Amino acid sequence: MDVKIGELPSWKVMWDFTPKGIVGAFQRGYCCYYDKYEQVCQCEERGRCWGFYGAYVLFNYCLSCKELKCERPHKHHQGETSVDGAL
Amino acid sequence: MNENLFTSFATPTMMGLPIVILIIMFPSILFPSSNRLINNRLISIQQWLVQLTSKQMMAIHNNKGQTWTLMLMSLILFIGSTNLLGLLPHSFTPTTQLSMNLGMAIPLWAGTVFMGFRHKTKAALAHFLPQGTPIFLIPMLVIIETISLFIQPMALAVRLTANITAGHLLIHLIGGATLALMDISPSTALITFIILILLTILEFAVAMIQAYVFTLLVSLYLHDNT
Repeated sequence: MDVKIGELPSWKVMWDFTPKGIVGAFQRGYCCYYDKYEQVCQCEERGRCWGFYGAYVLFNYCLSCKELKCERPHKHHQGETSVDGAL
Repeated sequence: MNENLFTSFATPTMMGLPIVILIIMFPSILFPSSNRLINNRLISIQQWLVQLTSKQMMAIHNNKGQTWTLMLMSLILFIGSTNLLGLLPHSFTPTTQLSMNLGMAIPLWAGTVFMGFRHKTKAALAHFLPQGTPIFLIPMLVIIETISLFIQPMALAVRLTANITAGHLLIHLIGGATLALMDISPSTALITFIILILLTILEFAVAMIQAYVFTLLVSLYLHDNT
């Protein structure tokens, strides 16, 4: 914004002093800060972190898949006779 | 069930090739380096944490001891991140292996001891005999102090291994108990599930505390020898 020093009072009177205008000014200020400093690599950091953790868990699950097969519940066969029934 | 309890601590292989090296190198991806003046939130938070930890840990050291700052900060970051990643489901934790912890503890301890013997030989030898010892106790105390010196790296390694392994085993057992109780008594399963959640929170704390304790003890050994 190009405002000359002599035009400062008239520029200041042009401000929007309504509550809506004040809130809008703060929002614009925060958005300027956010766009300049925080949104630099935002997509990269969030996607990278959760993507890495998920890929790491999936990778380890695939490695331990063979051992996990033993822990699955087995259905009992219906044709088997028990020892108690034979006695 | 006894066999399955310890299979999670076996070193992982893929088609016969050990992939432990990849798992050990994985935490380094989570600490990106940047050459920007103002970084993103992740790097800023990490830098702030590292500065806070290094100031708190290295404040007691003199100039010679502060040359170990990079080593000790790398150590605490590595052990902390490895322990925390080990809390993810199905993951392998390298710090549950005694071989790895001994590989970290022995060189660091030996480095501090050799540094002490090289630069301050008299002070290093004086550690073998506490002040004010009665004369007839001197031989026994020298032997005891020598044994306690050589036990330091073993204690460092075994402490880390035992804490992390015990925590993982408890999580396995209580998780298995919760699953088994779901069909029998859902209310009891809910109680064991709450215990599991509390235990997981405890394990998060233990993971970070054990990293801090390991690094702090190495730092103390360094302080005694510099």
